[in-house]
Amino acid sequence: MTVTAPRPVDDAVPGSRPAPVPPRRRRRRAAGRVTQAGPLTYVLLVLTALVSVFPLYWTAVAGSHTNAEIAATPPPFLPDADLFTNIGRAMDEAPIGLALVNTIVVAGCITVGTVLCCTLAGFAFAKLRFRGNKALLGLVVGTMMVPTQLAIIPLFLLIAELEWVNQLQAVVLPTLVTAFGVFFMRQYLSSALPDELLEAGRMDGASTARIFWSIVVPVARPAMAVLAMLTFLTAWNDFFWPLIALTNENPTVQVALAGLGGGYVPDRAVIMAGTLIGTLPILVVFTVLGRHIVGGIMQGAVKG
Amino acid sequence: MTIASDEPQVASIAAPSAPPGPARRPSRLTRNRWGYAYVAPFFVLFACFSLYPFLYTAWISLHDVDLGDVDGAQWVGLANYGELLTSEFFWNAARNTLTIGVLSTVPQLAMALGLAHLLNYSLRGRTFFRVAMLLPYATSIAAATLVFGQLFGRDYGLINAGLEAVGFDRVDWEGGTWSSQLAISVIVIWRWTGYNALIYLAAMQAIPEDLYEAATLDGASRWKQFLHVTIPGLRPTILFTIVVSTIGAVQLFGEPLLFSGNGTTNGGSSNQYQTLGLLMYDQGWTNFHLGQAAATAWAMFLIILVVVGAWALLARRRARAER
Repeated sequence: MTVTAPRPVDDAVPGSRPAPVPPRRRRRRAAGRVTQAGPLTYVLLVLTALVSVFPLYWTAVAGSHTNAEIAATPPPFLPDADLFTNIGRAMDEAPIGLALVNTIVVAGCITVGTVLCCTLAGFAFAKLRFRGNKALLGLVVGTMMVPTQLAIIPLFLLIAELEWVNQLQAVVLPTLVTAFGVFFMRQYLSSALPDELLEAGRMDGASTARIFWSIVVPVARPAMAVLAMLTFLTAWNDFFWPLIALTNENPTVQVALAGLGGGYVPDRAVIMAGTLIGTLPILVVFTVLGRHIVGGIMQGAVKG
Repeated sequence: MTIASDEPQVASIAAPSAPPGPARRPSRLTRNRWGYAYVAPFFVLFACFSLYPFLYTAWISLHDVDLGDVDGAQWVGLANYGELLTSEFFWNAARNTLTIGVLSTVPQLAMALGLAHLLNYSLRGRTFFRVAMLLPYATSIAAATLVFGQLFGRDYGLINAGLEAVGFDRVDWEGGTWSSQLAISVIVIWRWTGYNALIYLAAMQAIPEDLYEAATLDGASRWKQFLHVTIPGLRPTILFTIVVSTIGAVQLFGEPLLFSGNGTTNGGSSNQYQTLGLLMYDQGWTNFHLGQAAATAWAMFLIILVVVGAWALLARRRARAER
C-alpha cells in the first residue's frame, strides 16, 4: 500500500518511459513555466549547501589539530598539518586500514549479488506471467515495512551456529535481499522493455535464459548502474547488522568507527581523524558519481 | 541456440495461427513457468534471511531465552509482551521514539518541500546544488553522529561556542531530555532533507505544465499555484515520504547509540534518548534477554503497521472526500 501511492505521478510522465532526465528538463525549460531563480533563491541554496558540507569540512578541521587548539576561542577554521599524525594514531587505536579493505570487499559482493538477483526477479515480475506473481510481488513490497530489528536475533544465532561471527560472509549474505531493488528493476523494465523485443527474441528461437542475457540485460543496464551505485553506498554505510555480526577484530568501517567513538579513545581529534579517513573514500566516489546518483534517486522517485 | 528450452517451440507453433505483427497477444508468449526460476534466487535468500528470521523472532518472543543458553529456552507464552506493557523502560523508549520521530520528520519534510521548490527554478550550477544537498545522505550514520556529537559537545563543542559568542548559556546537549532529543533529530534532519528534496523535485517536474498555465490564466499568484497545483500534485509523493520516514523513525538506532560517546546502550544516564531500537539492542546484547528483545522487535513492527495503516486510511478518506 505504501508504494502504489506514487503511481499517478508515473502516469503523468508523457509516454512514461524512464527516459534519462536531461531531455525532460530541456523540454521543461522550453515550456516556459520554469522561471529564472532570483538572488534570494541562490542565497538560500548556498546556505543549504554550506550546512550540508560544513560538518564534513569540520571533521577535517577538527581531525587536523590538537585537542587544545580545537577548544580555543575562536576555534580554528582551516585544516592543519597535524592531520597525518592524528590519522596515524587513529589507525593505531582502531583497525581502520583492515576495515577499509573489508568494506570494499563486502560492499562489492553485496552490490554484484543484489544487482543480479534484483534484475532477474524484476524482469520476471515485469514481463513474465506465472501463477502467484502478484502475491509474490505484494510480499516483496510488504517487506519494506519490516524493521531490521525483527530479523537480527535469529540471524545472530544462525551465524553463531555456523561459526561465522567476524567473517565477512555473515554480513554479505543477509544483505543481498532488498525489496527496493526488485521493485526498482520491475518498474524500470515494465516500461523500458518493449514486449515486441521479447517476442522477436522468441520468434528467433532464443531460450528464456538467452533472452535475459542478450535482450533484457542490455536494456536494463542504466537502471542496473543506478541500483549498483545506491546499493554500494548503502552497503558501505550499513551499521546495525555489521555491528552485531562483526567485532573490532575484523570490522567494516562503520564497526570500526563505532568502536572509535565508543569511549575508550579519549582524544577527540583522533576520533575525528579516524572518521575522516573512514568516510573520505565513499565521499570521493560519491562526488565523482554524484550526478548519476542524483538522477537515479529522482528516477526511482518518479517510478515508484 | 535453441537448446534447453521447450518454450520457444511452443511459441513458434502457436504463432502461425495468429496474425503476424504487433497485434499478437504478448501474454501468451510471456506466460512462462521460467518466471519461478528468475525469482528463485531472490526468494531463496529472502526465505533464509528474512522470512525464517521473522517467524523465529516470533517464536523467541514467546520464550524466556538467554543469549548464552539458547537451547535452554523456556516457554512463557505472552509473558514477555505483558512485561513490556508494564515496563517503564518500554514506555519511556516508545515516548522518546515518538518525540524524536516528530522532531526529526516534520521539519525535515517541510524543509525538503521548500528546497525542492527552490531547486525547481532554472538554476546556474544546478548539479552542484543537488549533489551538495545529497552529500549528507552519503555520509554514514556512524560518521555523522560522531561529528555531530563533537559539534554538540558541552565543553568544547562548536555549537555551544557559538551560543556563548552571541550571549547565550552553554547547553548540556547530551544531558538534557529535550536538548538531547533535539540534537539527535538534527542529525536525522541533516542526513535526510536533501534526499527527500530530490524526491519532491522529481515529482514536481512530473506535474503537467497545462495545470500551471491554466492557473496563471485564472490569475493565481505564485503562492496560490504552489498551494493549489504543486501540493495536490505532490500528495501521493508526500504520503510516500511520510510513510518511509515513519518506518525509519520507529527503527532509529545508530544515532542514539553513538550520540552518548561512551558506547553504552542505555541512551543517556536517565535513558533520556533511548529509542525502541536501542532498547531492543540493550535487552538482547547488553542484558542477554533475547525473549524480551524479540518481543520489543515485534512491538516495533506492530507500531509500524498501525501507523502506516493509519496514514493510508487517512489518505484514502481524504481522496474520497475530494471526489
